[in-house]
Formats: sequence, C-alpha cells, structure tokens
Amino acid sequence: MKGLPYKIAGLLLILFSLTYGLWSEVPELPIVEQSIRNLFYHVSMWFAMVAMMAASFGNAIGFLSSENMVRDRRSISLAETGMFFSVMGLLTGMLWAKFTWGAWWTNDPKLNGTAITMLIYLAYFVLRNSIDDARKRARISGVYNIFAFVMMIVFIGILPRMTDSLHPGNGGNPGFNSYDLDNRLRLVFYPAVLGWILVGTWIASLRYRIRNLEE
Amino acid sequence: MKKQIALFSAFTPLVAAAQNDGLMYGNEKMNVVIGVITIIFIGLGAYLFSIDRKIKKLEDEK
Repeated sequence: MKGLPYKIAGLLLILFSLTYGLWSEVPELPIVEQSIRNLFYHVSMWFAMVAMMAASFGNAIGFLSSENMVRDRRSISLAETGMFFSVMGLLTGMLWAKFTWGAWWTNDPKLNGTAITMLIYLAYFVLRNSIDDARKRARISGVYNIFAFVMMIVFIGILPRMTDSLHPGNGGNPGFNSYDLDNRLRLVFYPAVLGWILVGTWIASLRYRIRNLEE
Repeated sequence: MKKQIALFSAFTPLVAAAQNDGLMYGNEKMNVVIGVITIIFIGLGAYLFSIDRKIKKLEDEK
C-alpha cells in the first residue's frame, strides 16, 4: 500500500492522544477543570481543517498555473476533508462552550468568523456543482478557492485577535502558552494535531482517488 | 489440540489483565474507558484500510 508509513503513523499519533490524553496529568484550571483535555481533541480539529484548506489552496494555485486537472481534483478533495474537520470542530466546540461559557453559541468573534468561513466554503461546493464544464469549473473554483482561503485567515486568524474574544490567545486573553505546566498539554496536543493532519491527508487522498476513478 | 492451547495462551495476558486487580481496575476504572476508545479507534483505522484496499482494487481493474 502506498504511503503506508504515514497512514500508520497518523493512526498511532491519534491513538496516543486518545489514550495518553486521558491518562496524563493536566494543569488545574478554574471553570474548565478536566475539560481542558478537549484541547487535544477539539482544537486539533481546527488545526487539521486549516492544514487541509491550506493544501487545497496550494493545489488551486497549482492548477491555475499549470492547467493540470489532477491539481483541481486534489484541491476539491482536500477542501471536502477540511469541511468535515470544521463540522467536527464546530460541534465539539459547541459542547465545550455550553459547559465552559454557559451557552451553545456565543457571539464570540471566533465563532461567528468560523460560521462565515464555513458558509464561504459551502458556497465553493455549490459553485463547483453549478458548472458542468470540467475545465471551466476548475478555473473558476480555483480562483474562488484563493478568495475563500484568504477570507478564512482573516475571519479565524486575524479578526478574533483584534477584538475581545472568549478564546485563549485572542483579544488580550492569555493563550495556552501562558498557563503554567502546559508542557504536559503540549506533549499530547502536538502529536494529536500531526496525527489528524496525516489521517486527514489520507482521507483526502481516498476521495481524490475515487474522483480519479469516476473520470 | 496443541494449536488450541497455543491460541488460548495468546490470550492469557488479556485474561490475566481482566482478572487481576491491576491494570484494568486501576485509575478508577478509567482504563476500561480508554480500552473501549482504543478498540473503537482501531476498528475505525481498519475500516479506513479496507476502503483504501477496495479503491486500490478498482484502480488495478481500470
């Protein structure tokens, strides 16, 4: 099987975060308490989503500069996988928010920014489905993909940092970095992010290969 | 018969883990939950591999 090492590595890294993430000692924090462990699961969804969208963006540029349809198929497959991660991130975030901030949805700039980002990417899928000619679809959606990625960076990376936000690391709130003993968190968090990115790449490659078969 | 014994002996560590007061009863039985999560996740990984193989088969036919 092609790419077997990275597939197994991805699964093992996630498995490590699922098991050791529940065993490990975590900092004692007010309000969040043990739910700080959601850092390993909820936040890694968003990191995986951004990685998938970045790869999709790279392939969109790749298509526009080479007119190679393979790049277009990679681009859409990665965007679909990124969308899956964002839905998972949103649902898990809502649950965590309910028991930390007291509501399923708050008007936090990061939440609203994420919702807008998801709508922008939903429009990307609608746009693709509305064009029958494959080359035309690839060209137009490639340009749109660039716009969507830049908007995502603005809405979830920049704007939340410029106003007050409930999320750590935004709007003057301390990031996870300033919590004491957070090396214990990092030890699980980074492998989880890497694992989900690897497995996300795998899932995207499966979708890409199915698309190739359909052509 | 010998094969059966060999098969059973492969499970002895598991059986021992289930019977003694150590591993699985420790950590306020949190280890049992971690075990369940592990089984589900391994199943999910195996499922991904089976999809991968199925696609490979279709690619080879093409």
